[in-house]
Amino acid sequence: MTDTRLRPLPRADRLLIGAAALLLAVLALAPVYASALVIDKLTQLGIYVLMAVMWNLLAGYAGLVSVGQQAFVGLGGYAMVRLVETGLGPFPALLVAPLLVAAVAWLLSSFVLRLRIGEFAIAMWVLAEVFRALVMTDPLVQGETGTSLVVLNAYDPQTRRLAIYWIALASAAAVLVAAYRLLSGRLGAESQAIRDDEEAAASVGVSTFRVKRVIFALAAGGCALAGTLWLASAITFQPRTGFGIQWTVFMLFMVLTGGLGTFLGPVVGAVFLIALQEIFGDFGAWYLFGIGAVAIGFALFLPRGLVGAWIDHSGREPLARRRVLDDACQTPPAP
Amino acid sequence: MTLLSLDSVTARHGLMTAVHDISLTLAPGEVLALIGANGAGKTTLLRTLAGAHPLASGRIALNGRDIGALPAHARLRAGIALSPEGRRLFPEMTLRENLRIPAENGRKGAWTLPRVLDAFPQLAPLIDLPAGGFSGGQRQAAAIARALLANPDVLLLDEVSLGLSPAAVEGVYASLAGVRAEGRMAMIVVEQDLTRALAFADRVICLAEGRVELTGRPAELTREAITRAYFGLHETETADV
Amino acid sequence: MFETLVQAIAQGVLLGGYYAIIAAGLSLMFGVVRFINLAHGDMLVLGAMLALFAVEGMGWPVWLAVLTVLPVMAALGWLAQGLMFERALQGGALLPILVTLGLGAALQNAMFGLFGSNTRSLGAHIGALSWSGWTLPGGITLGKLPVLVFVTAVGVLGLLHLMMTRTRLGRAIRATASDPEAAELCGIDARRVHRAAAAIAAALAALGGVFLAMRAQVTPYAGPAQLIFAFEAVVIGGVGSLWGTLIGGIVLGLAQTLGGAIAPQLSLLAGHLVLLAALAWRILRDEAAARGGWRALTLRGGETR
Repeated sequence: MTDTRLRPLPRADRLLIGAAALLLAVLALAPVYASALVIDKLTQLGIYVLMAVMWNLLAGYAGLVSVGQQAFVGLGGYAMVRLVETGLGPFPALLVAPLLVAAVAWLLSSFVLRLRIGEFAIAMWVLAEVFRALVMTDPLVQGETGTSLVVLNAYDPQTRRLAIYWIALASAAAVLVAAYRLLSGRLGAESQAIRDDEEAAASVGVSTFRVKRVIFALAAGGCALAGTLWLASAITFQPRTGFGIQWTVFMLFMVLTGGLGTFLGPVVGAVFLIALQEIFGDFGAWYLFGIGAVAIGFALFLPRGLVGAWIDHSGREPLARRRVLDDACQTPPAP
Repeated sequence: MTLLSLDSVTARHGLMTAVHDISLTLAPGEVLALIGANGAGKTTLLRTLAGAHPLASGRIALNGRDIGALPAHARLRAGIALSPEGRRLFPEMTLRENLRIPAENGRKGAWTLPRVLDAFPQLAPLIDLPAGGFSGGQRQAAAIARALLANPDVLLLDEVSLGLSPAAVEGVYASLAGVRAEGRMAMIVVEQDLTRALAFADRVICLAEGRVELTGRPAELTREAITRAYFGLHETETADV
Repeated sequence: MFETLVQAIAQGVLLGGYYAIIAAGLSLMFGVVRFINLAHGDMLVLGAMLALFAVEGMGWPVWLAVLTVLPVMAALGWLAQGLMFERALQGGALLPILVTLGLGAALQNAMFGLFGSNTRSLGAHIGALSWSGWTLPGGITLGKLPVLVFVTAVGVLGLLHLMMTRTRLGRAIRATASDPEAAELCGIDARRVHRAAAAIAAALAALGGVFLAMRAQVTPYAGPAQLIFAFEAVVIGGVGSLWGTLIGGIVLGLAQTLGGAIAPQLSLLAGHLVLLAALAWRILRDEAAARGGWRALTLRGGETR
């Protein structure tokens, strides 16, 4: 019988959680004091946090390295377009579409989760291409042209901006809390066991397939939500953008620079990406070149990211969800 | 004259110390048998000498040159060749190709393909067959032949008789006796078969838990002393056995 | 109808030659270095862009540009292995994917910054080769360029095969692919072998890039699509087999041209579906083997779960 008690939260973590709650309140009130431009940037940050947390769950906790998460971003957008077409309001559609995409991912998982690591990465990318090709055959999408969510124009721009902002903020906060609770529950211990040693985890009765499947479907739904939020703020849906590899490049960049497999890493990475975008975004292609180069630099020289570097420096992980399994069993940290 | 010298050689597997502070020297032409129970550190010691396992601390010198930091391929060129545990032939390559690789990447010298085939006549008919289909004895002979073709000063042989039929063991040792008679090549042999080890070696070292438990010439060692060393039992602890 | 079909088959087979060239490098990296290079397609486009620059910017003849670009790209591949990939390989299965995806993004956008977004082609510089062909009895036409690409592919694979079996480097590459540690114990410097493999792979990518630029328009962002084609050919043909990449390339080419003959938008989709089918087949075969082989599957198929 495993002891599922958690260590009591250290003081620093309680402070951090308090500060996070305060920050959330400050951000929720942002429309009172911030300009429309700032609101748009914060919306973007929320979407990035959402995507980064999802990719971190996949790669950092379930060991699933996908270079095809754009499949779900694009599918989310497409499902929203389709749902609105059937008469559902755009905001309900924004939340229902991710559920549909998560269901698709659940079905897909019986196939893709049986692949080896390299095969999985590539198969996901190919699946994104397959979905894009299929979506482009839909007359509603008109091939490369894409379509627009004109119903959104019925709303006053400021109302729409604020609604999308609050949904993005709430979604980012919700996935963070969900990820935190998930990882401090049974699934967290199991996924950590899988990440550390899949064979050993399987031998003590962890159903690696079930854990991976839950995380895979969840990550798909989260990416789809990012996709619907993006569509709601951009209004136009184009298959080339929606299913573009750039989504996965951004997810990977944020998780890698923030710190793979750490709870706070994706948030730090998302802030880092937005900051780089603000400072260097005007350089266009050279900015994106820089993003690639920084990713290489982190992978080679700081593979544990900013949070990982902080852990190495301070000796402990902020908001770490490591449980007291059995102190005698605790393996010492790798040198 | 010293060919190979080990000075406080230590090697680890993660946090576990597999080879602990071993010092010894080997003279040209000398044959040393390493014995000891499973997990005593014999294989790790050979792999550390060959450069396949990192040296945690200590010094390894060959012909007076410190080789402890060299990668495995450079140690082969410096004069140490290992016939590894599991033989590790390249299964999809023919025996000729398997033997050609050390011949063209190692040192040139007296051991050439024809001479090796003279020493290991059982290999001659197999020369153009893929190594993946060989029997245990054939694989062992091929692995030793492959190590010989690098013309080493020190030949390291892991688990010479493990998994071989008695006839195959006989064949391999007959060949090894021939190799030994050829010249000044020194050997370190890991041998589970104690009788074989005592018969073949000039000197025997027994390892237990990574340390040298016993060392001596075969004639000087009693079975009882070896058995005690084998299980790592010290004199005081075994008084009432 | 029948002629359309034969024409599509002929085109598909010839297209397979191009895929074999780009897949061979990827397969070599995967089989020998155990490295998944997600920037392979972007290196291909880099080769094409360098050739285009030499021809359009410097006025070189095409043959000289090609003969220069191949060794230049080989040198870049050698450097990439030594400076980046080698280090990434020590960090587990994840880092190579991160590093090469980052490298791909960097290459694409650097090329965009340097060469702009204009689509370019070598087609205008190779004269009649780009459009002329041979007409066979029955009205089937074979383009001269596709035939040249296919013949080159077979020739290149043949040369690689000879190199692998007859030369010291080839034996060292095969030994390292089979068992890197045993290869080291036989005197082979595995890191040098890996660099050599990366150099060959980059040169093959550049060759593919030059052919791509001859038969189509190239943009800085064309790499990922080519990478997917290369992967599809590798997986369909079987990882680690040189001639397998030719088979995989031909199957992929056939799927695309036959799919395209039905409806243009089916062309790429058909290739993707063949890949997914190949992966599903691999899973079924492995799981059947784990349960005791096909016989066990067919006899007791209903009972298992």
